[in-house]
Amino acid sequence: MRALLIKRCLQLLAVSWGVGTLTFLLMWALPGDMAYRIAAGRYGQDAVDSQAAELVRSELGLDQSAWSAYWQWLLDLLQWNLGESLVSGMPVAGELWHMLGHSVLLAFVGIVLAAIIAIPLGLAAAYWRGWLDRFTLALSITIRALPIFVIGLLAIVIFALELNWLPVAGFGTPAHLVLPALTLAISLAAVSNRVVTVEAKRVFSAPFYEFAQTKGLSTWQAFVHHGLRNIAVPLIAFFGVQLITVIEGVVMIESLFSWPGIGHGLAHAIFARDIPVIQGAALMMGALFVVLNTVVDLACYYLDPRGGNVR
Amino acid sequence: MTQYLLRTLIAVSLIVQCHLASATSTPTHQNTVKVHGVFEIPSLEPTRSGYAFNRMQILETLVDVDHTGRLTPGLATEWNVKDNGKVWEFILRDDVIFHDGTVLTAKIIIDNLNLIRTKPSALKKVDIKTIEAIEPNRIRITLAKPYRPLGAVLAHHSASIVAPTAITASGEVTDLIGTGPFSVYKIAIPHKLVVKRFDHYWGQKATIEYASYLTGHRSEARVLQARSGQSDIVFGIDPAAIPMLKRLSGISVIQSDLPRTLTLKINIGHPLLSDRRVREALSLSINRKGIATAILKAPQAATDQLLPPSMNDWHIQQKSANYDLKRAKQLLQEAGWEKGAENWFEKDGKPFELTLITYADRPELPTIATAIQDQWKRLGIKLTVNITNSSAIPAGHQDGSLEVALMARNYGYIADPLGVLIKDFGQHSGGDWGSMNWSNPSIQATLNRLVEESDPKKYYAQAQQIATAIYQEKPLIPIAYYVQQTVVGKRIKEFQFDPYERNYHLNTLQWKR
Repeated sequence: MRALLIKRCLQLLAVSWGVGTLTFLLMWALPGDMAYRIAAGRYGQDAVDSQAAELVRSELGLDQSAWSAYWQWLLDLLQWNLGESLVSGMPVAGELWHMLGHSVLLAFVGIVLAAIIAIPLGLAAAYWRGWLDRFTLALSITIRALPIFVIGLLAIVIFALELNWLPVAGFGTPAHLVLPALTLAISLAAVSNRVVTVEAKRVFSAPFYEFAQTKGLSTWQAFVHHGLRNIAVPLIAFFGVQLITVIEGVVMIESLFSWPGIGHGLAHAIFARDIPVIQGAALMMGALFVVLNTVVDLACYYLDPRGGNVR
Repeated sequence: MTQYLLRTLIAVSLIVQCHLASATSTPTHQNTVKVHGVFEIPSLEPTRSGYAFNRMQILETLVDVDHTGRLTPGLATEWNVKDNGKVWEFILRDDVIFHDGTVLTAKIIIDNLNLIRTKPSALKKVDIKTIEAIEPNRIRITLAKPYRPLGAVLAHHSASIVAPTAITASGEVTDLIGTGPFSVYKIAIPHKLVVKRFDHYWGQKATIEYASYLTGHRSEARVLQARSGQSDIVFGIDPAAIPMLKRLSGISVIQSDLPRTLTLKINIGHPLLSDRRVREALSLSINRKGIATAILKAPQAATDQLLPPSMNDWHIQQKSANYDLKRAKQLLQEAGWEKGAENWFEKDGKPFELTLITYADRPELPTIATAIQDQWKRLGIKLTVNITNSSAIPAGHQDGSLEVALMARNYGYIADPLGVLIKDFGQHSGGDWGSMNWSNPSIQATLNRLVEESDPKKYYAQAQQIATAIYQEKPLIPIAYYVQQTVVGKRIKEFQFDPYERNYHLNTLQWKR
């Protein structure tokens, strides 16, 4: 366990440095004058001109070399300082903290909803098989083939426009969270319910499971004592892999639903070439990915104490 | 007697309950007008994001602008221009208090204006010698040389007045305390702003209690907001959605003309575009009526003039040029171009090929760019369209790489278009959002002299001369006036649209109850 945690801490450092450096290189390699992009973000489309761009250039020292800017960023990072947004002038850490809270809430509710949808559906398809199995397979393929914003638009059309139950977009009340979280959950559940089905089928037809039933345990007892844990290990590992879908998904979902999370902030920072925010957001997402994967590994370790193979 | 006492008791308790409810009220669906717009609020600084704070009526300016672009009293009730336009004196309104209870004084105005002059703003570009208080309620601005658009500059959002308690010693604005009919209830930069009615406002007090502004970047999301009826006012609707929205009951679609023109910026220094006949041909081959009808859903918006009839000094009485593809081809042939392989125009074996850049902040622009691509293809000109960031236009102007750009230029950015026109056409090199390499020294000198002109007749004659030169020489090729599409929900009435986009007029809105 300790070895796992040390290894993950080292990975966290490597990911932070790697993501920050890669983002920096990509941003500097982009065509177009950075000062103009930042001026457009700061002063708006009507006011961006060469004077505004020169002002931004001199104020932010954009004339300095890429190497010097990178070195400055690295030194600041070592002091836990992510710098200030080039557009708003506010500390990046504060902005990210605000955005991260919204994203984590969305991701958490999305994953919980996905589990609520996928686990019963997958188990039912594995238990009853037949038409239900084929139907969930077809439905999963269809939903997985749709881009996530199409699922979001369909959810808006059904629940906000036709039924008028929920708000189209925005934030501030629990009702605003439902549609973005549901969209994310549907997208996640499309694959994870199939993982549940496959794993459940494997366990239900395993010799140890058949033996459990033969020795006199009821269906429910066999499932609880011998099925649940065996199905849960690969399922939780798969949820860990799916975190990348969550991180991808929130960028589109947050934009569509005007949800002020880190994905939305990142997309806007890229348009405005707000490098400290881009680096900070990418760094935060990378770190989050490592931390959540560690949590998933620990959960798997707990569920399967034979353990060594989980590491 | 008992009944009388009981009734009195019930009445008193109802009044107390109502009073308590209003004193502790919070924004709810019932008491909040929900506004949905395109643009974010990137910071608290009025010189950067003042447009949002003016529109939501939190901050005010010394001078205001009516819907025709005429200056009207704001925090100043009247003003006098003396010494041939070098001295401007403003008499301040005497019953104004800020949202924190501070009384507005001449010193606060002077401190604000002096601070604004140090920041990137429209006022920074004016050559001001002094700003001083000559009486407790009267200030004087002395200029180094006459500047006719000063009043319009003082009406610009960057010249908004903020309470001294909201400004730090280093001049940073850390809070939004203004004098408008609404104060800030909650702000979540850059997405959301909620304002609350200010009951001590000096002018028309609002009926509605709260209003919220939410940024919606995706045009689909704004259309859905409008369609759902969950927003009361949705600005910046994609024209493609207008026919569908018009079919719905309970919402109104309002089309408003803005002093903003959809125009092509042409690099006259480019070898293919330096010949006036070529620019004329490009202009004649654009089916403006078709674009305005099919894309903007507003046939009346088509134009080949830069400024709208409402800015009558700058609008010439010229019959609009018709779409004439035959004449366009003839002009290109007169300029030495010949039809080559696959019907493309060529000269010395090289095809007539251009690159147009535009941006997607305004949803119509990419669609219009592709329509022009198709129309110029019919003429025999290859056009590549690049959708980029709006900042690529000034950047391309400065480094000379720009060939053609499609933009929505705001001539009402400052209420008097003269300031924008000088910036766009006043120099040989042109302006970031204006002409590019258009040399007409006499027009440029006339334009720069106009800031000192106080005789309206002479001003009109010279403005017409400049407008005619721009029309004939085509350093810019206008396509259509910008039409703002707004959806207004069924809960509210008395909505007014400000063509200068300075004010949402929330204080005049009424509930339809």
